[in-house]
Amino acid sequence: MKRREPFTDSQLLMSIAIGIFVVMYGAAMIFMGGGFLKFQQFFDLLNDNAALIIVSCALSIVMIGGGINISVGGVIGLTVMSCALYLNGTGIESAFGSTAMALLLSLGIGLAFGVGQGFLISYLDIQPFIVTLAGMFLSRGLTTMLSINPVKVTHAAFLDVAKTKLQIPFLGYTAQNGNLIPAKLETGAIIALCVVILSALMLKYTRLGRHTYALGGNQQSSLMLGINVRRTRFLTYVISGLLSGLAGFAFLMHKPAGNSSVAARMEMDAIAASIIGGTLLTGGVGNVIGTFFGALILATIQKIIGLSPLNESWWQEMASGAMLALFILLQSVVLSNRGKKAENAGKMKLKKE
Amino acid sequence: MTGKRRKGGVLSDLMIPLIAIGILILFNLIRDPGFFSISLSTNNSGNAVLTGNLISIIDSASELAIIAMGMTLVTAATGGQDISVGAVGAITGSVFVQVLKGSGDITAGTVVLGFLACCLVTVLFTSFNGVLVAFFRIQPMIATLILFSCGRSIAYWITGSATPQLESPIIKAMGMTIPGIPVPTPIFMVILVGLLLLLFFKTSNIRLYTESVGINQGASRLNGINPTLIKLLSFIVLGVCVAVAGVISTCRLGQVSHKTLLIDIEMDAILAVAIGGNSLGGGRFRLSGSILGAYIIQMLTTTLYAMSVAPANVKAYKAIVIILIVVAGSPVIKTALSSFWHRLKNNRAGAVSREVN
Amino acid sequence: MQDGIVLTMRGIYKSFPGVRALQNVDFTLRKGEIHALMGENGAGKSTLIKVLTGVYEKDAGEIRVEGQDGPADIRSPQDAQNIGISTVYQEITLCPNLSVAENMFIGRDKGVGVRWKDMEKKAGDLLKSLGIPARPKQQLSSCSIAVQQMVAIARAVDADCKVLILDEPTSSLDDKEVEMLFGLMRDLKSRGVGIIFVTHFLEQVYAVSDRITVLRNGELVGEFEVQSLPQVELVSAMMGHALAELSDLDKQGSSDALSGEAFYEASGLSSAEARPFDFRIAKGEVNGFTGLLGSGRSESVRAIFAADHVTGGHVKVNGKPVNISKPVQAMKAGIGYLPEDRKRDGIIADLSVRENIILALQVMKGFFHPLSRKEEEAFADEYIKTLEIKTASQETPIKSLSGGNQQKVILARWLLTHPQYLILDEPTRGIDVGTKTEIQRLVLKLAEEGMSVTFISSEIEEMLRTCSRLIVMRDRKIVGELTGDQLNQDTVMKTIAGGEQA
Repeated sequence: MKRREPFTDSQLLMSIAIGIFVVMYGAAMIFMGGGFLKFQQFFDLLNDNAALIIVSCALSIVMIGGGINISVGGVIGLTVMSCALYLNGTGIESAFGSTAMALLLSLGIGLAFGVGQGFLISYLDIQPFIVTLAGMFLSRGLTTMLSINPVKVTHAAFLDVAKTKLQIPFLGYTAQNGNLIPAKLETGAIIALCVVILSALMLKYTRLGRHTYALGGNQQSSLMLGINVRRTRFLTYVISGLLSGLAGFAFLMHKPAGNSSVAARMEMDAIAASIIGGTLLTGGVGNVIGTFFGALILATIQKIIGLSPLNESWWQEMASGAMLALFILLQSVVLSNRGKKAENAGKMKLKKE
Repeated sequence: MTGKRRKGGVLSDLMIPLIAIGILILFNLIRDPGFFSISLSTNNSGNAVLTGNLISIIDSASELAIIAMGMTLVTAATGGQDISVGAVGAITGSVFVQVLKGSGDITAGTVVLGFLACCLVTVLFTSFNGVLVAFFRIQPMIATLILFSCGRSIAYWITGSATPQLESPIIKAMGMTIPGIPVPTPIFMVILVGLLLLLFFKTSNIRLYTESVGINQGASRLNGINPTLIKLLSFIVLGVCVAVAGVISTCRLGQVSHKTLLIDIEMDAILAVAIGGNSLGGGRFRLSGSILGAYIIQMLTTTLYAMSVAPANVKAYKAIVIILIVVAGSPVIKTALSSFWHRLKNNRAGAVSREVN
Repeated sequence: MQDGIVLTMRGIYKSFPGVRALQNVDFTLRKGEIHALMGENGAGKSTLIKVLTGVYEKDAGEIRVEGQDGPADIRSPQDAQNIGISTVYQEITLCPNLSVAENMFIGRDKGVGVRWKDMEKKAGDLLKSLGIPARPKQQLSSCSIAVQQMVAIARAVDADCKVLILDEPTSSLDDKEVEMLFGLMRDLKSRGVGIIFVTHFLEQVYAVSDRITVLRNGELVGEFEVQSLPQVELVSAMMGHALAELSDLDKQGSSDALSGEAFYEASGLSSAEARPFDFRIAKGEVNGFTGLLGSGRSESVRAIFAADHVTGGHVKVNGKPVNISKPVQAMKAGIGYLPEDRKRDGIIADLSVRENIILALQVMKGFFHPLSRKEEEAFADEYIKTLEIKTASQETPIKSLSGGNQQKVILARWLLTHPQYLILDEPTRGIDVGTKTEIQRLVLKLAEEGMSVTFISSEIEEMLRTCSRLIVMRDRKIVGELTGDQLNQDTVMKTIAGGEQA
């Protein structure tokens, strides 16, 4: 009874992503040394990419349900800009009050986009690509309407909160002068980790999560199995909207300044992270833990190239593109092999007859 | 009888984009009766040129219209879209500039050479997408995400860090106006590409094959069509369209900037296809719808500019109009509307027959 | 309601535009019995099932289910489920990407959370008690089709079911798997579940059923105890007898062609779906593949046209060896093929009648040689007239035509290519009697003009009327070839049934 189940498609693709991340990070530690030997380097990956990790989860959930959402980057931009303006204009002085209000505002914006887009897609049967493309235009346009110029947050109490970092001494390192420098984790990174864990739990342990997989696996069957397909699809978009708002908040905590180009093209990075992490655009297969590592792989590529003599953005893009191509082909090969195996098994049976 | 029916088909297919463009025109005429007036003036190189909003709309939509045509074909055959056209267009621009720089003086000969090189390279890149989609059966959006994310870097790698300038009357003539002809050249390019495609459609079975593959791949195969080749072919046609658009855009600017050349055009092109009444799920298509879609998008943009909306804010209004158009065209609303329409028609027909009696 | 009866259907009527699918059909299911529902294509089996499960609304009649006061009002599969009628379809309606346990319980649980431990334990117990060889945690796609089918049954059974409908559950299973499934069915029977078993396989019916209800052309032929109905009689009940109005057909011309020069010859031809077989057809000959559904008759003709991946064999056309590995090569060799599954393989749904008619000819002419619009319209007009296709215009999308007219369009498509050899797989399926005769007449006329035709039909009558040679298949093998005097209902049915019961 204790025998291990063979990997499911999700688990297999996720394991490949984790394996590649470990190999890549290990290689960086060996060949580049320096920062990569310190734990802080890993934490910085989280600190710098908190928003990406959160929206990647959002994308994965939608993609598992068989949809797509390309408005997430725009919603982050809008959220950051709105919060920056709000904080600079608000009368609330307290640290808690201002942070809470910024968080509520972020979630509110995200929720509005999620509900609106979800309604159009699920209940009016409009193609998700077009609806979320309009969502992207709307959020980007609203952002520049709010302010065409960059807006720096000047709210002192909030800035203090944003600067607060979780210090973990035992993961730190000893500097040359003998002082122990603890490893630091920012609020955004903590939020990102929580989102990863919570969405993993949601997908695994709630009815909504399982219905999302069923919907992406086979919509017709889902209907026959008694699942409310429209409501499930609607909710995946609501969640992705909410998470985009939250990602905006995390972004704000990391870099408290609004700008029309905040999170530019992040939706595509998030889709890439999801794919690398083993989510299929066709739906039904994927896993946010994999997505988390997918985002980390993209972030590590950036870091490695940033520290190498090739420190130019176009090298980073080429490397991410190559990595994406590799994973897409890998997935197509892995999955088609699996398909063939099942087919062959079927044929063998026919022959035995 | 059959002819009449066909016409009705076109009208009902293009109903929504036609209404949209009608509303836009009406809105502009009410807002500013002189909005569409055209005048003849002299530009700074001393040529007589036509100016006015209408000319500028048709001119600036050129690249979009050309790419939208190719995108329509890819959409119809594969049921997916190529999101890398902007990035690949940047590669085209870089190749064009590089060939012209490499061959010294810019003459008609080198321009043609450059254009041919562009076609070759661009078709190679879109074929890469095509192979992933047709042979490896990867979803178009995912397959083209690769070049979307690194195409502009490839463009940068081709030209290097400089943003090379192209100074030549030939380039000006291609990107703006030819001396003596008051209409901007890109408009002729759209007509040319449109005519070439029309010729291709007339002399081949591309439409029948593409639609049939897009609707029912299995049945198409049983009728002797090779679906893989048809899908690949659609990407090759798109490649030529992107090459032309890339060259036009480069000539218009007189330089290539790998970061901004044809930026975001993939989104507009997909929109143009959808607004034109084509299903993004593939199958039947109307090129005229997509072209109309491209001009609607540009007319909307120009209208908003004319209303002194800041360029950066245009997107927000655009989003609202898009939503209105797609909601009007959504299956749910369409069914409701058409049943309403039928009832209305029946009532009227009944009334007419009663009168006759 | 009588004791021991779980379901009665009385006087069920259902018609679709142009077709009367069910006429005054009765059906009774007792507790703890396996009741086979038999009939060839178009007999009305699936319509009856769909009326019972609420997919279709019946035009007239009454359904009573045990435990319900008065007639049951079933408007959706959900309603059917609620009063204890569960269905397991031929195509598996589960999610392949989920685990076995989830597939058994998803959509039926309440509350927000999923309790994996409980669910897996319950699933494990149920699987064990039913003897299904699947682990609860296993991904469904890693199970064989048979086990997936059984999981679907387990799901249905667990939902407190009185009536279990198995709609062709064995069509993609091998012998061992079928035996496993039968074990499960017998087990459920002993628990008092009434099972409606829809299948085409005669041996299976005799192996497991208690009673058989036979439908033909939407009408009830009768209900029989399995012991009192020998296999041959069952076949004749399913296939029926000659209809007087059709008997004026004359196939004299074609029977002489048998010995003539061969147009097409194949030896050892095999495909991904068909086992190696030999086949020959003379010029002007009309022959047919017969056998029950699943006997390999369609797979064989698909191999001739290279519709499935061809894996071996030698083919000669007009005496010359040719290579036919793609449909287009078959078309160039002068072969046309009207597929069995019209919706999936035949029509291009959104294209117009005109485009559907000229498609094959157009492909044969080549990519750069399009027909002019005038030619297209002329061709379309011609065939709409000759075949009397009922359509509003040439430009109507084919999907809005009735089944029979769609079939005529596909027929027109192939006739337009002027093939020397035409393969028609179930051209008369699901169409009304009048059109059926028209198509039969046409086949004979074409043969007289020198065309070779291979004809497949579920109705033996139709085959006997048109074919001068019948190739009989059973279990994916050719088991006989009948010509001349052998072409009578008795011999054909005996050959199909395997003779042992005669």
